[in-house]
Amino acid sequence: MIPLYIAQFGIILAVFGLLLVAAAIMVYAERKVAAAIQQRYGPYLVGPKGSLQPIADVIKLIFKEVLRPKGADRILFMLAPIISATAAFAAFAVVPFGAETDLFGLIDHRISLQVADVNVAVLVLFAITSVSIYGIVLAGWSSNSKYSLLGALRSTSQMISYELSYGLSLASVLVIANSLSLTGVVNAQSGTWLGFIPRWFVFLQPVGFLIFMIAGVAETNRAPFDLPEAEQELVAGYHTEYSSTPFMMFFLAEYINMVTAAAVATDLFLGGWHGPWLPEYLGWIWFLVKIGAILFFYIWMRWTLPRLRYDQLMTFGWKVLLPLAALNLIVTAAGVIYFGN
Amino acid sequence: MVTLEHYLILSAILFATGTVGVFLRRNVITMLLSIEVMLNAVNLAFIAFGRTIGSADGQVIMFFVVTVAAAEAAVGLALVIALFRHRETLNPDMFTSLKW
Amino acid sequence: MGTELLLFYLFGGVAVTASLLVVLGRNPMHSVLLLIVSFAALAALYITLDSPFAAVIQIIIYAGAIMVLFLFVVMLLNAHKEDEYVSGGAQTMKKPLYAGALLAVVLAAELVWALLRTDRATDGLLTGGAAPDAVAIGDVRVLGQLLFTDYAFAFEVTSILIIVAMVGAVVLAKREL
Repeated sequence: MIPLYIAQFGIILAVFGLLLVAAAIMVYAERKVAAAIQQRYGPYLVGPKGSLQPIADVIKLIFKEVLRPKGADRILFMLAPIISATAAFAAFAVVPFGAETDLFGLIDHRISLQVADVNVAVLVLFAITSVSIYGIVLAGWSSNSKYSLLGALRSTSQMISYELSYGLSLASVLVIANSLSLTGVVNAQSGTWLGFIPRWFVFLQPVGFLIFMIAGVAETNRAPFDLPEAEQELVAGYHTEYSSTPFMMFFLAEYINMVTAAAVATDLFLGGWHGPWLPEYLGWIWFLVKIGAILFFYIWMRWTLPRLRYDQLMTFGWKVLLPLAALNLIVTAAGVIYFGN
Repeated sequence: MVTLEHYLILSAILFATGTVGVFLRRNVITMLLSIEVMLNAVNLAFIAFGRTIGSADGQVIMFFVVTVAAAEAAVGLALVIALFRHRETLNPDMFTSLKW
Repeated sequence: MGTELLLFYLFGGVAVTASLLVVLGRNPMHSVLLLIVSFAALAALYITLDSPFAAVIQIIIYAGAIMVLFLFVVMLLNAHKEDEYVSGGAQTMKKPLYAGALLAVVLAAELVWALLRTDRATDGLLTGGAAPDAVAIGDVRVLGQLLFTDYAFAFEVTSILIIVAMVGAVVLAKREL
């Protein structure tokens, strides 16, 4: 009988390792999918079909020189990528990825596959997303360079604007699920209607799902909302002056934010780990499949859609998405009162 | 054992620190930051009292204090920007044109 | 309950140190960041007081929104240079500082005296004791009910306050109307 502490520590290590592996897989998958969309090969030299390419990237980045611009604020320059990476990892700590299990009787009582089962988990996610803004704004400001500063300011105002729609669409789900804990929200989606349509919230809240996905793309600074790091306009935005390991941390933070956004969307709208044909304790396989689908969709969007101009982006966020999200919340609340479930 | 007194003493120390900042600093932004420190000290006292009497009122009042602090910070900073455009300084002692 | 005491002193120490550095620091940019550290320590203290919702609200609103506003203003006004403590030059800097510190200690002592004289029914064991029901105050449902029934008027007035503040901030910061 393994005591609970060791099991939880094991889960922490497993989640950390899996996030790093997921970031590496994302790097490879992005380049391969981009290549497929653009009708070229993509990485194929390193390893079978180029699958060791992320490792080559990491080794290259580690061996580069760590630069710091002359007028840069020393402490803040080094602190910014740390904040970004830490917030990215910390956000995944409250996301559950599997049902409650006791690992075939190995541990004393049932734990859910989650680093921390907080009962205000949704709000903690929101809080950590708010904190990750600091990594970007401090990076841009402390670099003492105009491209970085502009990129950082644009990125920060974009993230703040889309956080509102993110929160409102989240609130609509909470009104239906009646619980702030992510495990509770997923468990409210178990079962099926009519025997074959699963009780996922995406069917109850299609508009909410759409708003959440768009806000998620904007929050993680991915295309078509990636003007802050647009190569053609801003060199590289807020991480222009970074090289080697700090740059790798920003890179990592971006991919892990994507994975977290996809995981949260899966938990809230797509039923988490519930799926047909598999027993409950293998639910994490369904979870991975759903995250994979959402991430593929992200990559597909990046290489297909053109980039939004900054004022178009802000107009869309404030004048279209926010009223829509508020309306969605009102309609949802009215529906819950009327139908009484 | 951590008692109510611990939290109240901490709240008092934070409040006094914020007061020092408001009275001694000659930079408007730091003065606003010190006001935020004072508001936080008050929040801590509210939550500690709420926990002691076992009701959620402490958190509700803290919620209102945070909202008011947000509104006040927004308007205060807008004023700071407007003032800075006038005199190019953040020192409140330079804005003395209403003195007789 | 050694861990409770240890956690209290740890987070309390961080909060007090960060607040002192905010007030005494020379660079407003560093002051803003240290205040964020102080907010995080206070949020941790709220969690030890069985109020996770309050802690998360603190981080989302204070550390996540208000401080970003401060940061933007400091960056916009380029206020990260040093400033004098008290106007009048280097000679007059020390005495008001010492007098202020003394008066602050007096104020703290007064507040502590006033707060410790409260008349309480229970015996004051705060954390980990058998006293108040932790679930009753940590549950967001209870909070929501209180907010929308007992404090409904304050809630509505707060929403008007936020709109007024928004309009006011936009009007005040514009270059010309």
